[in-house]
Amino acid sequence: MANTKRLVMIGNGMAGVRVIEHVLKLAPGVYDITIFGSEPHPNYNRIMLSSVLAGGTELSDIVINDWDWYRDNGIQLYAGHTVTSIDPVRRKVVSHLGIEAEYDVLLIATGSSAFMLPIPGADKEGVIGFRDIKDCQIMQEASLTYKNAVVIGGGLLGLEAARGLLNLGMDVTVVHSNAHLMNRQLDKAASAMLKRELEAQGMKFLLQKQSERIHGKKRVKSLSFADGTEIEADLVVMAVGIKPNHQLARDAGLSVNRGIIVNDFMETSHPDIYAVGECTEHRGIAYGLVAPLYEQGAVLAKRLAGVDTEGYTGSITSTKLKVSGVDVFSAGQYDEPPGTRSMKYQDELEGVYKKIVLRDDKLVGAVLFGETGDGASLFSLIRKGESVRGREKELLLGFAPGGAASSGKEDHLAELADDEVICGCNGVTKGAIAEAILTKGCNSVGAIKACTKASASCGGCKPEVEGLLKLYLGDAAAAPVKEGICGCTTLNRDEIVAEIKRMGLKTVKEVMNVLEWSQPEGCSKCRPSLNYYLGMLWPIEYKDEKESRFTNERYHANIQKDGTFSVVPRIYGGVTSPSELKKIAEVAERFEVPLVKFTGGQRLDLLGVKKEDLPRMWEELDMPSGHAYGKMLRTVKTCVGNTFCRFGTQDAMGMGIRLEKEFERMNAPAKVKLAVSGCPRNCAEATIKDFGIVAIDGGWELHVGGNGGVHVRATDLLCVVKTDDEVVEWAGAFLQLYRENATWNERTSIWVERVGLDYIKKALENAEERKALYGRIRTSIDQIADPWQEITQSRDLRKNFESLVPAQAVQN
Amino acid sequence: MAKVLIGHVGDIDAKGARTVRYRDVEIAVFRLSDGEVRAVENRCPHKGGKLAEGMVCGTAVHCPLHDWKIDLKSGNAYEPDEGCVETYETEVDPASGAIYITL
Ligand code: SRM
Ligand SMILES: Cc1cc2nc3c(=O)[nH]c(=O)nc-3n(C[C@H](O)[C@H](O)[C@H](O)COP(=O)(O)OP(=O)(O)OC[C@H]3O[C@@H](n4cnc5c(N)ncnc54)[C@H](O)[C@@H]3O)c2cc1C
Ligand code: SF4
Ligand code: FES
Repeated sequence: MANTKRLVMIGNGMAGVRVIEHVLKLAPGVYDITIFGSEPHPNYNRIMLSSVLAGGTELSDIVINDWDWYRDNGIQLYAGHTVTSIDPVRRKVVSHLGIEAEYDVLLIATGSSAFMLPIPGADKEGVIGFRDIKDCQIMQEASLTYKNAVVIGGGLLGLEAARGLLNLGMDVTVVHSNAHLMNRQLDKAASAMLKRELEAQGMKFLLQKQSERIHGKKRVKSLSFADGTEIEADLVVMAVGIKPNHQLARDAGLSVNRGIIVNDFMETSHPDIYAVGECTEHRGIAYGLVAPLYEQGAVLAKRLAGVDTEGYTGSITSTKLKVSGVDVFSAGQYDEPPGTRSMKYQDELEGVYKKIVLRDDKLVGAVLFGETGDGASLFSLIRKGESVRGREKELLLGFAPGGAASSGKEDHLAELADDEVICGCNGVTKGAIAEAILTKGCNSVGAIKACTKASASCGGCKPEVEGLLKLYLGDAAAAPVKEGICGCTTLNRDEIVAEIKRMGLKTVKEVMNVLEWSQPEGCSKCRPSLNYYLGMLWPIEYKDEKESRFTNERYHANIQKDGTFSVVPRIYGGVTSPSELKKIAEVAERFEVPLVKFTGGQRLDLLGVKKEDLPRMWEELDMPSGHAYGKMLRTVKTCVGNTFCRFGTQDAMGMGIRLEKEFERMNAPAKVKLAVSGCPRNCAEATIKDFGIVAIDGGWELHVGGNGGVHVRATDLLCVVKTDDEVVEWAGAFLQLYRENATWNERTSIWVERVGLDYIKKALENAEERKALYGRIRTSIDQIADPWQEITQSRDLRKNFESLVPAQAVQN
Repeated sequence: MAKVLIGHVGDIDAKGARTVRYRDVEIAVFRLSDGEVRAVENRCPHKGGKLAEGMVCGTAVHCPLHDWKIDLKSGNAYEPDEGCVETYETEVDPASGAIYITL
């Protein structure tokens, strides 16, 4: 240890620890490292706090380096220790708990704090900033007892906080001093669209309001404004800006302005004291986003490791709002300062707005709303600063598909440093991707995704990943590598189905052998798809392989996050009776079901059931499975129709029940949902179903290809028929056509778009063909029994729901 | 260390699994298609998914919750995921088909 140097770091946050990670790689064993951090946690991804607040993400999900990492790398971590003074003469720091550490090199990475408006009452209980885990906890707790939340600040942070509070069930108002939200990133047009979108999500806004005073006894009760108005508030979150934490440095005599002043090598005014991150000011700028801080960190790490570096010269930043359902991107000059020209595209119907800002022939800024896929590409052009003359329209209207990896972009990628982050979501650097391509043999975006997680989250960096593939592999990657249905084969769906038919293959194992699968038993993607194709092709001979079905389809219930299951019995057409309801209620009570809920599909869900209770519960319910878990027919929703409704033109319930009985147990490439409405008012929402039926006076409209899920799609009208029998025949024929032609996991909405409505109309118009299709779907369904009954009656199937019982130890 | 009789090969379907509780741990016991029996702790290293309910492919199982792939010999998660589960030594009596696990 004689020649190791003592490196002490103050602040256990994102920028600082990133430097340490690099130093450990570039100069292993050179430093003896000690870190002080105020927060009682290992270092975590602060960016993701919005997700923690919004729910569904835990602290453990966002930890970047866990406790073991510090231990394994020999780092002495004092978590929960705030450093109270630096003594640059004796070269030591002291924590508030009295721990002293001497240093040879000191690194200040204290980040920043939420800026709290200095208005009267700002010190009351319930008034906080949004900066760390503790703030999230306070907001979550407040949401349990209080109703009214006010967020001061309509910028990125404020809107993310507001979205999180909405998720927590609070009534949220955002107060903003400017007339426009995100006015530091967006122009007026985009800002107006953003406001409309967020209002639709339930957020309220008070714009051009100057907060003046916070009222309340101990806890906040209300907030009043300079114009004399007032708003009730049980929680006030200030998100008006950040304040670099530089007091410690200032007390030690370091030069400080807005932040701790550093040069291009992150050196402060004192020898051997460096600073990095949000606590610093570099060439007059104090940054508040991680990308520039990581760039600073890369330079500093090289400096500390004695590796040559040209220094840090500043960053152009880009921002993306992380609020679900709202895509906003902005980079560089978002407004149009003198000397610039801009080009805009605005589509109020689709909610899309795009703007690019040019100076001379260079791209200097971009704002995207609604469609942000080109953000990364535009951002790299801005940073590159090359001429875009002649390409302006292409840039505005979107990069041509496939043309994304243009030569200019490749040059840019070639020049990027290895530690530049390409995938912001997963923090994957250019170097890591290069390594995957060059040493791990990845030659497609899919392979790189599997190996590094780059482009695995939002996918925004896919163009860059494609560009890197082209850069390193040249033509070997330029011809898109043929991708099979999964990593085990290069064959696509149509090739596989054709081969199964041609060679009469009858089991999953046979298919894998004959078609030379790379993994002898396949994977969780190909196994279920082969199982489906075989069952579809050979409805009579093929014996369904339950081991090739996903958990839910094997246990005939939906697995929940805690390992329990849910039970949804079939309630045909959503029509039930008092005695059926009583029975369900009794079973729910007997098995102490923790939650009974009406589903969005007009039936009842019994959630939180233990696996071992499932068969007995099914027995006692004595109802067929609702298949709420399968790639099968799910529900047939109905409205009350002419049975009671004053507008109804047909018996919607009767039709729904008939269709559900007709097609229940049907296996399909993906789940299938039907609905029947009794008139064009369409109360059963038939026009967002896979097959939707809308009654009209004297007939039925048949609609196909709707979806109410991730990508909402309204149906296309297939045809109008007169009789009930025709409805059933057309429905069966359509579903069979889909079953025979779609790719596994492809919903009808995608399939209809892929093959086109005309193809479907043509195939079904011919009465003979239609009857044949209908005949085939009947044959398929007739082979299948109700799974719940099958399981309860078979000892061999039932055993899988029970645990084995160990005998006493035979040998100790 | 104790060697415990937990059941019989016939109790587990091929490419299937059963669970067995011993003291405080729940163990997933798999029967691979080549007849081998493997035992691992029934807790996915990711978020505790019950591996016994996953899909068995070769010598690996896909967790039912988020599809991590866990090797049943080493207990290690496949790349790019990281983590591992406890594995237990198993023994099958060739004559009787009885399964023993060393715990
Ligand atoms: C229970 C239910 C929510 C509720 O409490 O109301 C539900 C629950 C789940 N839905 Fe749903 N969906 C339910 C109605 C819907 C609806 C509304 C409807 O059917 O009218 C939709 C939109 C309509 C549509 O599908 O077109 C819907 C769109 C989805 C999607 C998105 C599908 C898409 O193509 O985009 C998923 C994800 C998927 O399938 O991959 C999903 C997936 C799920 C899963 C299976 C997630 C999972 O894998 O665990 C949930 C199972 C929970 C459970 O254990 O029961 N659920 N889900 C509803 C059951 C209806 C039923 O009685 O069968
Ligand atoms: C909710 C939220 C969302 C965000 N979203 C984004 C985003 O989408 N994109 C983006 O680029 N950026 C985002 N940011 C900003 C980003 O998190 C910061 O830029 C980044 O964390 C700054 O890193 P840092 O290391 O400089 O500071 P920090 O991560 O704040 O780390 C500094 C650490 O030092 C500790 N500390 C301070 N003083 C002392 C002391 N005297 N002794 C010991 N320890 C001390 C602090 O407690 C803190 O843990 C977001 C921030 C928040 C709060
Ligand atoms: S769709 Fe028509 S029939 Fe059905 S409830 Fe609405 S108005 Fe009545
Ligand atoms: S819990 Fe197993 S993959 Fe998430």
